[in-house]
Amino acid sequence: MRTATPGRIEIAFSGGITSFPVDTHLSVPAKGVAAIFGPPGCGKTAVARCIAGLERLPTGFCAIDGEVWQDETTFRPPHLRPIGYVSQEASLFPHLSVRRNLLYGAPKPKPRPIAFDEVIELLDLATLLDRSPSHLSSGERQRVAIGRALLSQPRLLVMDEPLGALDSCAKREILPFVGRLPEKLALPMIYIGHDMAEIERFADYLVMMERGMVTAAGPLHVLQSDPALPIATSREAAISLDAVVSGYDARYGLLILRLKGARLLVPAPPLAPGVHQRLRISACDVSVAREAPRAGSILNVFPARIRACLPLGAAEITLVLALGTGGSGAEILARITRFSFDSLGLKAGIDVFAQLKQVSLLSASEPPLQTIAASTPTAEPGQASAAA
Amino acid sequence: MDSFSPEIWQSLGLTIELASVTTVILLIIGTPLAWWLARSKSLWTEAVAMIIALPLVLPPTVLGFYLLALLGPRPVGVLASLWGGRTLAFTFAGLVVGSVLSALPLVVQPIRNAFAAVGDRPLEIAATLRASPLYAFFTVAVPLALPGIMRAAVLGFAHTIGTFGVVVMIGGNIPGRTKVLSAFLFDFVQVSRWREASWLAGGMAMFAVSVVLTLTLIDKYSRRRST
Repeated sequence: MRTATPGRIEIAFSGGITSFPVDTHLSVPAKGVAAIFGPPGCGKTAVARCIAGLERLPTGFCAIDGEVWQDETTFRPPHLRPIGYVSQEASLFPHLSVRRNLLYGAPKPKPRPIAFDEVIELLDLATLLDRSPSHLSSGERQRVAIGRALLSQPRLLVMDEPLGALDSCAKREILPFVGRLPEKLALPMIYIGHDMAEIERFADYLVMMERGMVTAAGPLHVLQSDPALPIATSREAAISLDAVVSGYDARYGLLILRLKGARLLVPAPPLAPGVHQRLRISACDVSVAREAPRAGSILNVFPARIRACLPLGAAEITLVLALGTGGSGAEILARITRFSFDSLGLKAGIDVFAQLKQVSLLSASEPPLQTIAASTPTAEPGQASAAA
Repeated sequence: MDSFSPEIWQSLGLTIELASVTTVILLIIGTPLAWWLARSKSLWTEAVAMIIALPLVLPPTVLGFYLLALLGPRPVGVLASLWGGRTLAFTFAGLVVGSVLSALPLVVQPIRNAFAAVGDRPLEIAATLRASPLYAFFTVAVPLALPGIMRAAVLGFAHTIGTFGVVVMIGGNIPGRTKVLSAFLFDFVQVSRWREASWLAGGMAMFAVSVVLTLTLIDKYSRRRST
């Protein structure tokens, strides 16, 4: 008999729901966003359905923050689990208005602690309230679905590819809203997706799945720079790091951010000191030099140590760099050509200088929806890019 | 028109009363039955569906005969004794039992299809929003299946208005008690009162047209709602 640990989400499901046997064991913190990442059809949705109690595997175990939802003797039916469940299709009730959809799962006297007005504001639903779901766009529908799940006062929010059925335009519209949830709500979330670009924005913890099995699990930035995993060597490889705002240079409009082993200068609007800010450093925006560059336009140059060298195709190499002298700080990735690698005589263990050409700030203060719609399609919303 | 006896108005009232009571009972029995047939994965569903469908192919008089035997006095009439010993044959209650059974397949099938079309998804979503199965049934499944339920009610009502074989067998054609319109029509023809017969037949044909019209409107309404 397993016991539940407070502060953890513990799940163990094995059996055949899909075409292959699922054997998923995972334990993630019951705090922040845990992303489950894997190719389509790897059993992610099956896991989400098991957590919600919509699927029942006889030997399953599911405990949320010390509360057992399923073990050998217990099986809580879905309606007795304090869960918020958002799936690919919004599945709004077509016979109810948006307002009544939102309030369907809300406890009758007064929705607390997640208040109605708060959700309306968070997801910008005020203008939709009296409409019928059939007159909403796909992005609007999904926002209502998220609001409806939140108002049922869940203790865990499970989002199963909430952006999966949306076109890229609707996705862009809704991403800032999804990204804002973890900041505004103290609610553990499980976010299921197969797009790393979504997960990088707000996940704290990453679980990688393949064919029903967990292949890796850990804090997001640790897995992103893990040489043994495929994400570090993908074309879109990047590291998501949480930095702390330590100041602002108003004269040049530069935000000063502190990271373990580095102090970054990023052109961005001012933020209060002490605020946590998610950064994205893409491997292709980082270059390395053997000596400290004397004169250059790149602001963010730090001593770093090469931790690992991963070949990427025939011509390129992805380096795992640990920032700071002696490599004691945060790890980032750099993509360089094999030509540079050989001509600079690089190898694992040696000290270099990492030059960060661009650092993206994620989520923090999204521009309002209107400016997103007006912006060019190539501009990423909520992503202030900093080129130096 | 003046050649119509007051009895025919009595018969019209009786027919409408029978159809209304029957429709209410049909919906009360038929909706949960259709729900079970649409949702259960048990092998019994097909067997039960077959038994319910039987009155569609059985000659109404045959159904009426068996009901008469079951509802009549002992020793054969088991059902009546459960009721309290009295016979149900040649009573209004007997008529209701007969018309419910003969219209049941017409009512259950559209509701079953409507519930099947609702699918699992809205009910699963309702469950994740803390709706108990019963609450989800009344707040999600029934409203979504409403066009099907309305169609079923219209069909059940119309079928009972026009019922003849079963009713004559069980009801025995007693004026004021069990004599419905279709039985009246039969009597008119028997005594060659063609004028009255054609008025009555024409009226019932008009009613049938309005029923078909209603069904079309329900379809239109449900299509508009689902887009």
